[in-house]
Amino acid sequence: MGMTMAEKIIALAAKVPVTRAGDIETVTVDRLMSNDGTTHLTIDMYHNQLKHPHIADPDKLVWFVDHNIPADSPKTAASHKKMREFAKEHQIAFYEGEGVCHQVMMERYVRPGELIFGADSHTCAYGALGAFGTGVGCTDYLYAMVTGTSWVLVPSTIQIRLNGKLKEGVCARDLILTIIGQIGAGGATYKVMEFVGEGMKSLTMADRISICNLCVEAGAKSALMEADEIALTYLKEHGRTPKAVLKSDEDAVFEQVITIDLGEIKPIVAKPHFVDNVAPAQECFGVKIDEAFLGSCNNGRLEDLRVAAQLIKGKKVAEGVRFLVVPASRSVYKEAIKEGLIDTFVQAGAMVMNPCCSVCWGACQGVIGQGETLISTGTRNFKGRAGHKDSYIYLASALTVTASAIAGEITTSDRV
Amino acid sequence: MEKTFTATIWVLGDDIDTDIILPTQYLALEHVEDMKPYAFSPLREDLAGKIQKGDMIVAGKNFGCGSSREQAPEVMKALGISCVVAKSFARIFYRNAINNGMLLLENDKLYDQVTEGDRATVTLGEKIEYKGKTYEISSLPTNLMEILEAGGLVAAMQKKNGKKVE
Repeated sequence: MGMTMAEKIIALAAKVPVTRAGDIETVTVDRLMSNDGTTHLTIDMYHNQLKHPHIADPDKLVWFVDHNIPADSPKTAASHKKMREFAKEHQIAFYEGEGVCHQVMMERYVRPGELIFGADSHTCAYGALGAFGTGVGCTDYLYAMVTGTSWVLVPSTIQIRLNGKLKEGVCARDLILTIIGQIGAGGATYKVMEFVGEGMKSLTMADRISICNLCVEAGAKSALMEADEIALTYLKEHGRTPKAVLKSDEDAVFEQVITIDLGEIKPIVAKPHFVDNVAPAQECFGVKIDEAFLGSCNNGRLEDLRVAAQLIKGKKVAEGVRFLVVPASRSVYKEAIKEGLIDTFVQAGAMVMNPCCSVCWGACQGVIGQGETLISTGTRNFKGRAGHKDSYIYLASALTVTASAIAGEITTSDRV
Repeated sequence: MEKTFTATIWVLGDDIDTDIILPTQYLALEHVEDMKPYAFSPLREDLAGKIQKGDMIVAGKNFGCGSSREQAPEVMKALGISCVVAKSFARIFYRNAINNGMLLLENDKLYDQVTEGDRATVTLGEKIEYKGKTYEISSLPTNLMEILEAGGLVAAMQKKNGKKVE
């Protein structure tokens, strides 16, 4: 019996020849990412609860200030200061204002075959480079930081086989929202969602990150894609080499196999207040919006900004609508300036903000008020996630969000 | 931890996410005590104030879905919630809860039967008794039970290793 890609990566990290879904393995973690959402708690526990605090391997730690930057209150400023000082003292790689943690991790750190813990649920994005990224809380993070190890329950795998190509006007975001709608918000709990098939060839790295990133919204422990030529080219361009290039064996056991024809996917939105509450975009045409958000670890990449800029060029953001454009990283931002995309957004009346998590997580500038509606490329549409508890979030692709910003109501790119 | 305890029930629904358990804007508060009034506030503004020490929550599927914020199980523990009985739990929340000494029990039938304000009796590793009926719960693996008993992962490691975590 063969092994799945997830089983192979975990076996490698556990230094065992074979492991199977359901086994519990003690693994050495390859990298440990954390951000200002919870790192201050990790530091507090480190100082207050450990009798002999130490870090197993500081070189494996990467810390980001991305959720609340620039700081919006003395409290968040204090939390950032705590991180900054600790990182300096312990020589931990520390990025402040460089971008959303997952985007910068993809640009600078993630390698195929690695097992990575991130104190952030969207760590599953790293599967786009063939790495097993999984979200943990700050206590699990602290344990791994101090011991270098952790225990993992080896997950079973749902294999999603992709055929064909997405049609024009349809984004990878539409694909993953469709899948989440199909299997439900708990449809992949404790499991890995693995993407394979000839349809992968038509998906760019940006598409792949967008797909893997959102898998936690189906409950997935991680998402995985084989590091193929496209991924290895990206890796090489960013000056890195793989730890191991792995894929599932043909006789591996999958819990479920889902086959999808990419050509069948249509623009879709997730309606308030659940990510699996999806509907074809056309069912929501005419829903008035107050704000539109293009950005986040899901859709703030150069490719997203390009298609959005192309659509809005020569047009204007609808009167009374705030359109927030937030590049996912400084390198995306710089490239977007070079290509004239930022100029296009500003001319159209959008607000371009510094790389950060922005309104996706509702504690930054751009939060929405009572009764307001936001259409967003962010990761979640939970009740109150982007501001007031009585507000409404629709999730959609970069194209649908931009089209809606122009129209002032939910619409798709072919209608503006 | 008591092997058997009786608790008053609060009923929540399916997919109770971590933004409901503790909304983002309160994550930066310095102490968990300060966060307590805001727990569950997007869903039920007055719930946190009504929860008494020892009360239990009964919910539907996928409890704790969403972010990895550990403030979510922390604030529930601080409110004195004795346990959550749900049809299923989201993965990251499950680990975080255990790591913070917050007891989670899986049962797929109780939720469909309970009325808020009623009381139920939990016998760990065995059953929940409610209105004369018995609902099975499985026992947790020994290593997880040790963590819960100690009050969380860090405390459990200190206990196990005598003096230090390494």
